[in-house]
Amino acid sequence: MNENSVPSDGPLVADAGAYAALASGAKSEKMSIRKLDFFYGDNRALKSVNVPLYDRRVTAFIGPSGCGKSTLLRVLNRMYDLYPGQRAEGEVLLDGENVLDPRLDLNALRARVGMVFQKPTPFPMTIYENIAFGVRLYEKLSKTEMDERVERALRGAAIWDEVKDKLNASGLSLSGGQQQRLCIARTVAIQPEVILFDEPCSALDPISTAKIEELIDELRLDYTIAIVTHNMQQAVRVSQHTAFMYLGEMVEFGETDQIFTAPKEPRTQDYITGRFG
Amino acid sequence: MSLATARKLRSSLAMAACVASAALGIAALTIILGALLWNGFSSLNLAVFTQMTPPPGAAGGLLNAIVGSLIMTVLGVAIGAPLGLFAGTYMAEYGRYSRVTAVVRFINDILLSAPSIVIGLFVYEITVLQMGHFSAYAGALALSLLVVPVVVRTTEDMLNLVPGSLREAATALGLPRSLIIRHVAYKAARAGLITGLLLAVARVSGETAPLLFTALNNQFWSTNLNAPMSSLPVVIFQFAMSPYKDWQNLAWAGALLITAAVLALSITARILGAQKTSK
Repeated sequence: MNENSVPSDGPLVADAGAYAALASGAKSEKMSIRKLDFFYGDNRALKSVNVPLYDRRVTAFIGPSGCGKSTLLRVLNRMYDLYPGQRAEGEVLLDGENVLDPRLDLNALRARVGMVFQKPTPFPMTIYENIAFGVRLYEKLSKTEMDERVERALRGAAIWDEVKDKLNASGLSLSGGQQQRLCIARTVAIQPEVILFDEPCSALDPISTAKIEELIDELRLDYTIAIVTHNMQQAVRVSQHTAFMYLGEMVEFGETDQIFTAPKEPRTQDYITGRFG
Repeated sequence: MSLATARKLRSSLAMAACVASAALGIAALTIILGALLWNGFSSLNLAVFTQMTPPPGAAGGLLNAIVGSLIMTVLGVAIGAPLGLFAGTYMAEYGRYSRVTAVVRFINDILLSAPSIVIGLFVYEITVLQMGHFSAYAGALALSLLVVPVVVRTTEDMLNLVPGSLREAATALGLPRSLIIRHVAYKAARAGLITGLLLAVARVSGETAPLLFTALNNQFWSTNLNAPMSSLPVVIFQFAMSPYKDWQNLAWAGALLITAAVLALSITARILGAQKTSK
């Protein structure tokens, strides 16, 4: 087991260093995607993509459907490995280590790089077990410690108050928005370093969406975050950096303010003003 | 005759044919079930459950046949179900895209529709002839070979119905495959898996042909697995063909018991299946 991937008692709340780093504006690359090509069989879905994910920042990926945003995200935790005929070429570095290395321990990687999906996917078990199930794999905790960890994770995902009296109810009994926050809690509970959000709000109502967005804003104090979204207002609200992709290419990457107010590329300009896509 | 009239006429003819076919099917079923219920219930009494199969002309019951059927069915399912579950799990989870799976699925489909008498002969050849005598082991083995393809089929189908998103979500937590299968996929597919198992039990509990060549029959009480064992279908077969009235009556009672058991299993399977879809 990779010691690095499973700090025995990592931060779920921001530490002073994180605030300092944010305040000073210093930023380091947590993940670096370099010359990444991706193939579905013979179909080249990503074309030499370069983009950094900065430590404890939110990076939003925008672009029309089929531009490769989700594909890119699924490379970062090697999710594509589940399916035959899909392969990636190039480099994806996580703290300098190449994620695409075939010898890499995939389960250890996925413990460091968590993912939240478009549709909420609670497991068919109790709310408590949904959280504890993943944790138990990495750490041997006593009943009390596990209770604390579950509570901390649920609090961290802003859902504790709604579920604290029914931890033994099925995860499937919650509403869509609650299920999504449960999934975020589950991801946070195993203390990853990077969290990937693949259109986390597209199946949710506006109130649930607002809650998730607020949550992402808090999570960035502790985690490096990448979010794919079709909603440009959402990108503006939650991210510090934005990447615009089109037809498998990385068209433009920059500070979110700059991308949405003064894009350098005409294609970015066209997309954000709604001329296509 | 106008086009519309001709079309209506054809429609009525087709409709009449459909109704007639349905009525024929239902009528046949009603007659069979009616005769079974009538004769079965009139032959049913406490002795059926407490006494052994009698010689012609004497009083008796079906106790040894009922117990024999239970023993061999349970044993057959205990051998066949795990095999089917493992094979189906491999096909749906590990080998979903592999050639082996396609080949196994094809062979399994053949096994699924193989006449059970062929299975009986096969087991006769590999066990009874080798051991030199009929036995409950051989009977259970023959039944297990009928269980395997049913369970393989339902296991693979039910696991394929588990949404890929659930599997991806578990993978994204860094869970190893074995845990995902045991704690997520099996849980999500549980109702379907149990349904498949019950259907397999229902299928084998009425089988006669594979037992005729393997467990044969036993007129006396026996729980020795290494000896011939009685079973309801074989007793029904033997008694119903006999010229003795009291044997025929016992055959009716046995037929009623099997039908009731299979019906109960099917209803349970249906209820479990309905619970799954309503979620």
